[in-house]
Amino acid sequence: MAVKNKIQELKLKRQQVEMGGGEEAIEKQQALGKLTARERVLALLDNDSFHEYDLFVEHDARDFDMDKKVLHGDGVIIGTGTIYGQPVCIFAQDFTVAGGSLGMMHARKITKIMDHALKMMVPLIGINDSGGARIQEGVNSLAGYGEIFFRNTLSSGVIPQLSVILGPCAGGAVYSPALTDFVFMVDKISKMFITGPEVIKTVLGEEISMEDLGGARVHSEITGNAHFFAESERECFEQIKKLLSFVPRSNDSKVIQIESKEPKAKYSINNIVPNDPKQPYDIRDVVKAIVDDSDFLEIQELWAQNMVIGFGRINGLTCGFVCNQPLVLAGVLDVDSSDKAARFIRYCDAFNIPIVTLVDLPGYLPGIDQEHAGVIRHGAKILYAYSEATVAKLTVIIRKAYGGGYIAMGSRHLRSDFVFAWPGAEIAVMGPEGAANIIFRKEIMSAKNPEEMRKKKVQEYKEKFANPYVAASRGYVDSVIEPSETRKVLIHAIEVAKNKSISGPKKKHGLPPF
Amino acid sequence: MTDLIKKSKGSDSTKVPTKSILIQGEEYITNYSKKYENRKKWVKPDDKLVYSYIPGTITEIYVKEGQITQKGEKMLLLEAMKMLNSIIVPVSGKIKKINVKVGDKIPKGFLMAEYE
Repeated sequence: MAVKNKIQELKLKRQQVEMGGGEEAIEKQQALGKLTARERVLALLDNDSFHEYDLFVEHDARDFDMDKKVLHGDGVIIGTGTIYGQPVCIFAQDFTVAGGSLGMMHARKITKIMDHALKMMVPLIGINDSGGARIQEGVNSLAGYGEIFFRNTLSSGVIPQLSVILGPCAGGAVYSPALTDFVFMVDKISKMFITGPEVIKTVLGEEISMEDLGGARVHSEITGNAHFFAESERECFEQIKKLLSFVPRSNDSKVIQIESKEPKAKYSINNIVPNDPKQPYDIRDVVKAIVDDSDFLEIQELWAQNMVIGFGRINGLTCGFVCNQPLVLAGVLDVDSSDKAARFIRYCDAFNIPIVTLVDLPGYLPGIDQEHAGVIRHGAKILYAYSEATVAKLTVIIRKAYGGGYIAMGSRHLRSDFVFAWPGAEIAVMGPEGAANIIFRKEIMSAKNPEEMRKKKVQEYKEKFANPYVAASRGYVDSVIEPSETRKVLIHAIEVAKNKSISGPKKKHGLPPF
Repeated sequence: MTDLIKKSKGSDSTKVPTKSILIQGEEYITNYSKKYENRKKWVKPDDKLVYSYIPGTITEIYVKEGQITQKGEKMLLLEAMKMLNSIIVPVSGKIKKINVKVGDKIPKGFLMAEYE
């Protein structure tokens, strides 16, 4: 055969395999409003940057007449490419081929690209769209999942791992995304659950739709499994690109510094926060008044909204923001918000992203449900995460910082490098009302007019202690600053802390309360 | 790299807070989260009420209404997750009511029996 013919043969073979499960299956996929695996990879990566491997891999299952079945690419596409010119490794399960079911060779392709990602120290993106284990391949299929989970754990904190759920992801399959750093879900397309509606109906007699059980909205608002919620696949890809623009490609490389831009004039830092600590405002407006171009990428926007986390740049460098949100539940710490902040702090620490903490909270949320849900155990996570982090930690106390909440939110005592406070900050063991009621109980009880005495004592306490200067007099606060100085002092602090290097006692690993 | 910077999704707040929350004597104006609004009210556990701790099927009932039973005796079998789980009498006394029969499929937290 002439070389020309051989090239022709290759082209034909490629064409055939690239059709995945064939025209009919592709039409079905499209009818569900979904792109095909190949379309997704091409839409996400830079134009012409995708290089595919293992296109001609085939399964060698024999049982249940599997030897008569041809599954193109064994139901998954793997390869490398670039996003904004930065290399990434990627796999995408192909639902048109045997429902994207995971067999041994399918798993081997995934683990091959995972190994590459770890060796080359580049981000891994996994697009999940699979009916689950390929039952005909039995325990080999389970082995495949296990090999994937192991690699997810090995890569954790070394390279960014992104899971994109664009179809069903059920049973054991959910645990690969759960082990990764960021989970992306799309409304009405993504579904994640351990046991599906059918099993629940048989066992419990309860009827629920896939969407209500484990749709994108459920995981974004209720469980906290999803980090990004999108209305469409295209929007989801934009979110992925945006996230990757903020994070370094591995724990060994620096984030790309871009040109610094002043925050937008619309966010005037002097006019956002009300003086009265009982009045709410949107902490995100303060973040936008600090970060470059007022560009803030919020993570887990819909879950535990009393805590705001996300990425923004200061002087062109990425910072992770951890902020109380007075707009929701007065910005308290509770089970979910502690969990949310702690995981994000550990992400920033693992990838050397400076942590900026904006503090304005009345403390931990009181309630039987919170106590019984384990607020002690979960609340401890945030203390652990801050204490453990060795990356630059910069804290700005905006307004209230009372009691345990003060300690938890990146305080000096957990080794924050720089602690700033605005002049309106109230750093105290508790709010003036509560404190006065305890300290001056006798005076109040024995007064002719207890209510008047109480008010007087609250005012007295407020004047003496509800300010940043008591903490500043002990050096717990390094500097009391004007709100308008915030960006400037943070730019400087980040610059100074650039080469921060500390190490703790030798240990195999710590034991965070999870 | 300029196209790296795109408008972030986090929208400026338009919700006007109307709720309040009381913490250590201070009342803060704020919004509630869905989870906070839907939180379950706590009820003191009562040994005399026997609830299912797992969803499943009743496969055997060893006791009758009005019968006096001793704490620790077998009360019924609840098949769940491919296991036959023995439900044990929680308090010595007289059974007032049994709310299940053999073959019933019940959810978690179902009141199976009540003691006097």
